[in-house]
Amino acid sequence: MDLFEYQGKQYFARFDIPVSAGGVADTVDEAVAQAELAGYPVVVKAQVQVGGRGKAGGIKLADNADEVRTHAGNILGMDIKGHVVKRLWVEHASDIAKEYYASFTLDRAAKLHLGMLSAQGGVEIEQVAEENPEAIARVHIDPVDGLTEEAARTWVAEADLDPEATEGAVDILLKLYRCYVEGDADLAEINPLILTPEGKVHALDAKVTLDDNAAFRHPEWDEFRGLEVRDARETLAAEKGLQYVGLDGEVGIIANGAGLAMSTCDVVNQVGGAPANFLDIGGGASAEVMANALEVINSDEKVKAIFINIFGGITRGEEVANGIVQALDRVDIKAPIVIRLDGTNAEQGREILQPHLSDRLRSKPTMLEAAREAVELAR
Amino acid sequence: MSIFVDETTKVLVQGLTGSQGKFHGLRNKAYGTQVVAGVTPGKGGQDVEGIPVFDSVAEAVEATGANASFVAVPPKAAPGAILQAAEAGVPFVVCITEGIPAQDEALVFNRIKRDFPGTRLLGPNCPGIISPGKCNIGITPGEIAQGGGPVGIVSRSGTLTYQALYELKQKGIGVTTCVGIGGDPVPGTSFIDCLEAFEKDPETKAVIMFGEIGGSAEEEAAAFIAKEMSKPVVAYVAGVTAPAGKKMGHAGAIISGSKGTAQAKMDALRAAGVKVGLNPTEAGELMAEVVASL
Repeated sequence: MDLFEYQGKQYFARFDIPVSAGGVADTVDEAVAQAELAGYPVVVKAQVQVGGRGKAGGIKLADNADEVRTHAGNILGMDIKGHVVKRLWVEHASDIAKEYYASFTLDRAAKLHLGMLSAQGGVEIEQVAEENPEAIARVHIDPVDGLTEEAARTWVAEADLDPEATEGAVDILLKLYRCYVEGDADLAEINPLILTPEGKVHALDAKVTLDDNAAFRHPEWDEFRGLEVRDARETLAAEKGLQYVGLDGEVGIIANGAGLAMSTCDVVNQVGGAPANFLDIGGGASAEVMANALEVINSDEKVKAIFINIFGGITRGEEVANGIVQALDRVDIKAPIVIRLDGTNAEQGREILQPHLSDRLRSKPTMLEAAREAVELAR
Repeated sequence: MSIFVDETTKVLVQGLTGSQGKFHGLRNKAYGTQVVAGVTPGKGGQDVEGIPVFDSVAEAVEATGANASFVAVPPKAAPGAILQAAEAGVPFVVCITEGIPAQDEALVFNRIKRDFPGTRLLGPNCPGIISPGKCNIGITPGEIAQGGGPVGIVSRSGTLTYQALYELKQKGIGVTTCVGIGGDPVPGTSFIDCLEAFEKDPETKAVIMFGEIGGSAEEEAAAFIAKEMSKPVVAYVAGVTAPAGKKMGHAGAIISGSKGTAQAKMDALRAAGVKVGLNPTEAGELMAEVVASL
């Protein structure tokens, strides 16, 4: 789950990472109230999960209530690369002497945590990474050892931050590492991490991606939910706990396992069709899950045919078949279904489906044949 | 021969008394695998259809001589279960559990690497491993695997692992061992570990590898193949048309660069001399050509 900036800052605050005083606002009046609390001058910032907010006019400085009114009015409802601004973050403006960059993420190749720190932070960090990679000091951290203060100090020295930033940077990096590990983040990033003229270091932005697999030990994450940006189909799928990504084609796809679901999209494409979605019902999916998946696909007006591609391992064929039969009873499925069923208990599954087979529910023995049939039906 | 597991492998199932552990543990046994014990804390002394259950891995190993573990417990309990098997000296641990937090995976991987170098972890979130006719640990449906070699299979995606077995069986091609390494961020066993083992296995004459978008495991495998592999490799990478994964802030872009897309992975594999199929069936056909020319 990707957090908005304001949520990221709230999350940072739990780990004592210094952020500017501020608050959220959904209306112009709320923005003014938050500005009064934070103290002028303030920065009014659009809360959208897309880069380039500043260049799009979504971040503005305001010296008084009138300016807050003007900027908040302009920014609320603004469309930034397809993301409509519904919420603002208003915080006390900081004086900036220097902008740095700091982050922790997992280096999948090294199988270790990776910290990155640069004295050249700000909006152009990706360009810095490309053109001047040595300007980013990288440190690999073994999760068994964690990040020690000594290692953080050496790392800060390598990054060549200004000497007066050293203590503040070491302190924030240790806290950010805790936020990343104990906070179960896939990414914890501060860009820019600023040095003020008074020699204070603090986070001016927050980018946090939480690991959904760790939600079971973070009841506090509930407050972040319900605000993610999704289309109607994705919202319905999320309510039903399905891994769904909406696409633009006409062949609805249900498969078990992300790899097979992706491969199913590929094959539909190769035989001349276009997938309407990526939907992975996961391992061990029950009849109920299959019925839910069909309901989600059914809600998509563009779908002209449905391709169910199941290779049972932990998912059992008879469960899949029962789910399809249940769904046919429960909802009026608008598009014809082509199913390919193999693997664990596939024969039992095919027997369950047998009496229900018709022009509306067809069974094909291979993935390619089923894809061709579904694409043909969608035309 | 086969890699990692064979007819002498004795398997204990952690979570044998749970629904998944029981269903798949018993299926593994019915396949002919030596499933010698189950482990569920607090249920020692019971049995599951004649398979004795122990309170701890150490007790199960001592009583039965088990030398492999099949971990089939929920995500909260899985990291502890894996480490318990490693502490008991089990040399091969297969974990099928889906949904383990990445922080836990990274910690478990590095702890095993440092403290229990004699243990190999396969997974988590993987379908397991099958040496057809000899040993099946995990959730792979055994009936779709044809034994006898000469092909080794390694795959990152569970269901695509079955698809690979199935494509080869359709063509009458046998398999030495099929390893599903799983698609999680920190897999215990990598493509390279498997390629290295297949390269050393005299009965494996060619390897088929199924990858998917994200990360850089396929690119690393390509570099290994170019340098170290004498045996032919056929590959398929899923996700050519899948939407690009969410870019994880700047850090993601900085780490992966242009890597991570299916196209970049296929290009890297082709440059390493690998024959790349555009779908699982095409990969199967390419492997049939390779086998015919052996």
